[in-house]
Amino acid sequence: QKRRFTFNLNCPTQKMNLFQSITSALDNTLASDPTAVIFGEDVAFGGVFRCTVGLRDKYGKDRVFNTPLCEQGIVGFGIGAAVAGATAIAEIQFADYIYPAFDQIVNEAAKYRYRSGNLFDCGSLTIRAPWGCVGHGSLYHSQSPEAFFAHCPGIKVVIPRSPVQAKGLLLSCIADKNPCIFFEPKILYRAAVEQVPEEPYIIPLSQAEILQEGSDVTLVAWGTQIHVMKEVAAMAQEKLGVSCEVIDLQTILPWDTETICKSVVKTGRLLISHEAPITGGFAAEISSTVQEECFLNLEAPISRVCGYDTPFPHIFEPFYIPDKWKCFEAIKKMINY
Amino acid sequence: MAAVSSMRKMYGLCFHAVRQTAGRKASRLLQHRAFRVTAVHQQQPFDSSLEKPQFPGASAEFVDHLEFIQPNVISGIPIYRVMDRQGKIVNPSEDPQLSKETVLNFYQNMTLLNTMDRILYESQRQGRISFYMTNYGEEGTHLGSAAALDPHDLVFGQYREAGVLMYRGFPLDLFMAQCYANADDLGKGRQMPVHYGSRDLNFVTISSPLATQLPQAAGAAYAMKRENLNRAVICYFGEGAASEGDAHAGLNFSATLECPLIFFCRNNGYAISTPTSEQYRGDGIAARGPGYGMLSIRVDGNDVFAVYNATKEARRRAVAENQPFLIEAMTYRIGHHSTSDDSSAYRSVDEVNYWDKQDHPISRLRHYMTARGWWSEDDERSWRKQSRKTVMEAFERAEKRLKPNPELLFTDVYQEMTPNLDKQRESLWRHVQQYKEHYPLDLYDKYQH
Repeated sequence: QKRRFTFNLNCPTQKMNLFQSITSALDNTLASDPTAVIFGEDVAFGGVFRCTVGLRDKYGKDRVFNTPLCEQGIVGFGIGAAVAGATAIAEIQFADYIYPAFDQIVNEAAKYRYRSGNLFDCGSLTIRAPWGCVGHGSLYHSQSPEAFFAHCPGIKVVIPRSPVQAKGLLLSCIADKNPCIFFEPKILYRAAVEQVPEEPYIIPLSQAEILQEGSDVTLVAWGTQIHVMKEVAAMAQEKLGVSCEVIDLQTILPWDTETICKSVVKTGRLLISHEAPITGGFAAEISSTVQEECFLNLEAPISRVCGYDTPFPHIFEPFYIPDKWKCFEAIKKMINY
Repeated sequence: MAAVSSMRKMYGLCFHAVRQTAGRKASRLLQHRAFRVTAVHQQQPFDSSLEKPQFPGASAEFVDHLEFIQPNVISGIPIYRVMDRQGKIVNPSEDPQLSKETVLNFYQNMTLLNTMDRILYESQRQGRISFYMTNYGEEGTHLGSAAALDPHDLVFGQYREAGVLMYRGFPLDLFMAQCYANADDLGKGRQMPVHYGSRDLNFVTISSPLATQLPQAAGAAYAMKRENLNRAVICYFGEGAASEGDAHAGLNFSATLECPLIFFCRNNGYAISTPTSEQYRGDGIAARGPGYGMLSIRVDGNDVFAVYNATKEARRRAVAENQPFLIEAMTYRIGHHSTSDDSSAYRSVDEVNYWDKQDHPISRLRHYMTARGWWSEDDERSWRKQSRKTVMEAFERAEKRLKPNPELLFTDVYQEMTPNLDKQRESLWRHVQQYKEHYPLDLYDKYQH
């Protein structure tokens, strides 16, 4: 069932960081799809995170353009363009500012196809937004709002962990016939660098990826937190002799329950970790489903290591984030339960 | 004097309001299609030796005395009309001189709509459908504007534009099917009554949240501009919805992104119980257009020809010049907001009667027709009888029709069926098999799995 796309390593790749891999995906899209347009605040000069550098000069002012400063307008406009048949790629400058567009996303985009009996849809809409902690972002430049949207049938929510993943997942979102929200971990824009294929490729949505196999504990995360989990897995192996299975969920909605449950049936222990506040965070949904499906396989209560139930603090960020020590400690508790 | 002339500039009080934008490129006003994107940087190169403002944000002169611009709500933007209240042409050069066939078609659509409204309102009262909204008094806004568009122009509505759909040929059976949510409903029974939609007739399905359609209309118009197929978008909304943030977004985006779009505001005096005096303090909706750099006009919404003329010209120029237009059609909501409303709680019967008897779009058009010998008492009688009969027949058919297969609860959430939804669908099926007698299966198409 797993249709993981493994690209031919002989195809030309280029060293790209995360924002460059985004640019590459957008470049591929504008080249192949004449209806594709990219818009939002400040995208024309290249974007505050440089994701759209060079695209306006290459493809024209009618295809890469600034909008007024208005998120509800950006998303509403994107929905309308998609309804009229264009491939609309809307940028929200920070995920923290997506809330004015919440009505357009939840009440309109998500429900367009259903409420019209499939007469109309905005499937060719993709919304991109920088996401997650960045070291100094504080309340309004650090948020991870995926849980708000996970509760909304009709949209897809996708979060990549690396440049290669980002390009493939973004291209999937753009090609997907449903409105998608694509959150980009801003702390990785420069920090994450990989050899990324220049040609377009897709990574399927709603398929979690097992990054390393293990037998004692399943670790589930997405975005930046995957890198924390990989370190934690190494620590657990070295210090505790514990073998961890690390899974990148990638698509938050609709999420791959099968892969996660299969893994927990094997290991009996589950740790889920995210930066977003713990109460009502997406770990709660995963935890609830896994205990329904895998109750008798569980050796310990499911553990969630997440942000606290506070706004994202500025100077206290090192204490706030679900770092590897907190995750390590949680694994220890589960093993010794 | 300077204040008055600057006010005139702001409100564009001359009838053939040319856009008062000093410094805009002349090409903007040419009547050919030009794809201009950003024409923003009109300022002269920096030269601080001159005593002229250099600010990027406004194209204006300095003034040396303190004076606030007075908003003019006492004598606001004038209301364009072609007919008086008795259906007599005021200025013959403005008569669109439509053919008898066209005018009769307007009249028959407006009255058919009125008949359908009466019957469906009643059917809600009798518990046959769950909800209904009538269009009483606003038929002129629907027909005049719809007739001025091309059939492939895309319509975004709010909820009180059924006449537009009717004019385009949406059959009575499908109006009824949507209201009854029966198996013939194109919307598959998913929405409350009057949330119509038709792909074939280019009428985007109605949704309940107000004003969400304004920025969407701007996006659709932008996409259509790029396609270059001579299509426009029209976006209807009420004066209440115009207070929403989305309305501001839609107007601003359409102007900055140069979209071929007509914003059509039905100012009918009320948003449920809220009168316009509590909705806005300025000169209605038309006065906001110039604030966005948009050509705007206020028309008599109960005058089908005024609505027609304004929409026709707006459409022509919107497509030719790639810019949005704002039409504020003044009218009156004769009916209640919906079947959930009793408007006697907040307005007098006298007020309602005035509009029903003295200034109704259907009556005014009828006077125009009878003055030309195009419509007699006999015509009226037989048309009323015939239209009532066709509505009743459609009504009876819709009543008898079963509701859609309950499986349709789960489809179209996404383009594809997801594993999660499939499981839920399966779960409901099994549950209903077990508890059959507690579910109204008789009313629905066979629950196939």
